[in-house]
Amino acid sequence: MRILLPTIAAAAFAALSGTALAQTQADAYYPPEEMAAARAMLRHETGGARRAFFRTDRFEIRQQRDDEEVLLWDIDAWYGGAINRLWLKSEAEYSFDHDEFEELEVQALYSRAVSPFFDLQTGIRHDFEPDAGRTHAVLGLQGEAPYWFEIDAALFLSDAGELTGALETEYELRLTQRLILQPRAELTWSAEAIPELGVGSGFGTIETGLRLRYEIRRQFAPYAGVEWSRQLGDTGDFARAAGGRTDNTALVTGLRVWF
Amino acid sequence: MTFQQGESGNSATCIVKGVKRVISRRLFMGTAAAFGGMTATNLLPAWAQSNGAANLGGLRPLDGQAFDLTVGRAQVLIDGRSGPAVTVNGQLPAPLLRWREGDDVILRVHNTLDEDTSIHWHGLLLPFEMDGVPGVTFPGIRPGETFEYRFPVRQAGTYWYHSHSGLQEQLGHYGPIVIEPAGTDPVAFDREYVIVLSDYTFEGPHRVFDRLMKSSDAYNFQQRTLGDFFGDAREQGLGSALRDRMAWGRMRMNPTDISDVTAATLDYLVNGHGPQDNWTGLFNPGERVRLRFINASAMTIFNVRFPDLPMTVIQADGLDVQPVEVGEFQFGPAETYDVIVEPHEDRAFTLMCESIDRSGFARATLAPRPGMTAPVPALRPRPTLTMRDMAMDHGAMGHGGMNHAASPAVDSHTMNHAAMGHGSAAQSATDHGAMDHGAMDHGAMGHGSTTHGAPAPETTGPQRHDHPAGPGVVGLAEAPVSRLHEPGAGLENTGHKVLVYTDLKALTPNPDTRRPGREIEVHLTSNMERYMWSFDGVRFSEVVDPIVFHEGERLRMTLVNDTMMPHPIHLHGMFFDVVTGADNDPHKPRKHTITVKPGEKLSLDITADAVGDWAFHCHLLYHMHAGMMQVVSVLPDTAPAARPDPYAGHHMAPSPAPEPMPHHSGHGDHH
Repeated sequence: MRILLPTIAAAAFAALSGTALAQTQADAYYPPEEMAAARAMLRHETGGARRAFFRTDRFEIRQQRDDEEVLLWDIDAWYGGAINRLWLKSEAEYSFDHDEFEELEVQALYSRAVSPFFDLQTGIRHDFEPDAGRTHAVLGLQGEAPYWFEIDAALFLSDAGELTGALETEYELRLTQRLILQPRAELTWSAEAIPELGVGSGFGTIETGLRLRYEIRRQFAPYAGVEWSRQLGDTGDFARAAGGRTDNTALVTGLRVWF
Repeated sequence: MTFQQGESGNSATCIVKGVKRVISRRLFMGTAAAFGGMTATNLLPAWAQSNGAANLGGLRPLDGQAFDLTVGRAQVLIDGRSGPAVTVNGQLPAPLLRWREGDDVILRVHNTLDEDTSIHWHGLLLPFEMDGVPGVTFPGIRPGETFEYRFPVRQAGTYWYHSHSGLQEQLGHYGPIVIEPAGTDPVAFDREYVIVLSDYTFEGPHRVFDRLMKSSDAYNFQQRTLGDFFGDAREQGLGSALRDRMAWGRMRMNPTDISDVTAATLDYLVNGHGPQDNWTGLFNPGERVRLRFINASAMTIFNVRFPDLPMTVIQADGLDVQPVEVGEFQFGPAETYDVIVEPHEDRAFTLMCESIDRSGFARATLAPRPGMTAPVPALRPRPTLTMRDMAMDHGAMGHGGMNHAASPAVDSHTMNHAAMGHGSAAQSATDHGAMDHGAMDHGAMGHGSTTHGAPAPETTGPQRHDHPAGPGVVGLAEAPVSRLHEPGAGLENTGHKVLVYTDLKALTPNPDTRRPGREIEVHLTSNMERYMWSFDGVRFSEVVDPIVFHEGERLRMTLVNDTMMPHPIHLHGMFFDVVTGADNDPHKPRKHTITVKPGEKLSLDITADAVGDWAFHCHLLYHMHAGMMQVVSVLPDTAPAARPDPYAGHHMAPSPAPEPMPHHSGHGDHH
């Protein structure tokens, strides 16, 4: 909007002030409709092109201390231009022991660059697992905080009226030009207890991880690392009540790819 | 003078992946005279065996007044590796066109591609409808069609031509133009070579651009690592190294961001030859050899030197300058320099052309006899950006004791004010916040010109930024200065003389020495993280109005580089006079392209004598492609009375800052 309004004003101004001739002077030498088409093409190519992106930020096998083996993915994809993009995000955990998805969610978001380093994102999230069928409205902020912390923060309002949130941050420490150590942390929060999901009110789970990747190419990097998680507060109580443990450690091996 | 013209042998065949295809022969010519009785075959590098002549000598010129140029696809061989190219007459670089000042030339361009093409005549003064920019000056040349360019040649010197369509120039669609003067050439020489420097990616330009848009540092393999941190900590102390990392991190900028595209994907070429191919030009010891350097690369600023042979610069961007002897020069894409070298010894000399980030190099040899080589110097360490490149630092003013590397960004505001000596005690206490330019009010500081060797355009306080900001604009130069007297990143302490713009003096007096009637300011803006590049914060795809000039007026265009990179800015259709010294200096160097350094503010005086629409853009082609482009529309002088008389005491650059522009694209309309 900030750009659009002056743009309209400028067009009106141009038309009235005689500068309409400007930028269309070649119409006197070539068919105006061909010039118009060429102008539209040039403008589109010069800053207006759209593209598609896909990334597996994490795509890994986890050997957990509780002896479970899990496949995890955390995938982003977008399509769009410099400012407006359609984002798809998916996170899933698949248990080989139980042969089923323990968690599978997909988000579809409209994303708009609102500042040099941050995008405002809004859309929906659908959880296929656990408790199939929950759908959330999403409002998030994603970007690069000072000191190069990559941030993804979002609030979710489910169709059952539950308000939850997640904050994720990653950092990249360059050991060599291709060997990169990536600390990562994720914290979840819920405004209220959701017993059927084992979620207590307040902070729910904290996860921290350390991954070391080698960029064979910038776009293709195998990695290995560890991830430690702990269920906090009431969420921890739910876990204990269910006979489970509140903390877990996993060795991870995976592949980070983008194109 | 001998300009050797070689035999043509145009194609050879080779087997690539089992498919037999025609490989167009890049052009070289065989320098019959210099060859003497030698045979070429025993000199060939392996890759060229099937090609007939060796990679010796200059480019094969097409001479005359009427030319047929066929744009098509071909395979090229670079250091033995085959890749796809867009070529003119099957050659990379395209044929050397040799014209004479005063001739009328006709160029029939046949498009055999499956997409539109075009040829832009870079630096030439011609009717705008012949300038060859699709969407600005003509519709482009459709597949299968022929377009006839026809214009009088009104100038002499070294120029070049290239596609202005899509990413064809990156693929090889560029070639040199040499125009002989109608009168006597003021420069005497015995022999001449055209040296076309360029870059080529086997990965393909569309892929390169795509990767840059998704990860702007994808090609930077010279970033600072943990090891560098410990190294710095050992040298400067842990606190200092940490503060330096914090300062850059806070701004989310990268001091190793010297080139977006590097040797990680680029091969650097001399006349189409990689360093191993070693393009070689012959000379007889004692001859004056004229080298016509053209930077035809897509993304590479080159540092050019012969390690032990001084060069005398005699022409810049096609126009004669007063001779100046240098050991090295840095030039951006689209700039040209002609130099004279006089090798007296009977030995070979290496021409070393490093990329500005020192990730790779192009190399050639001047030698008395074919096959001779000289040592190739090692690449020097890559430079890093400094706070000065952000226009926040006045370290060069010599205010000792300040450790800029160790100063966090916000502190450097304080330093600016202190360094300028304006009641520093009172002002230095003010905390302006990292990017809060609009709010700053320091009254008239009048900094810039007096402290620096070269004059900065006069400013009356902190730099104004009357253009949209938003997601596409990260840094805003707060106290930009003229850097015309600086040699360019990494060439500060070479131990030899490096060309600077203030060395350039036009050989003949400038044709128009009127004072500019008005000034327009254009900011070079970017967000490297998002790979957004623009003028005044607006990508070309979003621009509504062009920049308007009025026929006959003399005006000043001031460029402010808010980004952390140098940008070779090119105006089509008109030379500009670079304000390197006094305003009334009648020998300002006249150029068609100028590389504006990070954090720099410089001024160009222009006579708007070419009616029409003209492209105006950064010649780093991916920057242009990402939006760093505008149209300059020179409107015909239909109502002269409506315009102020430039002589009538209407002084340019009204010193209390000019009115803010009404909107982002209205530059041309207030005067």
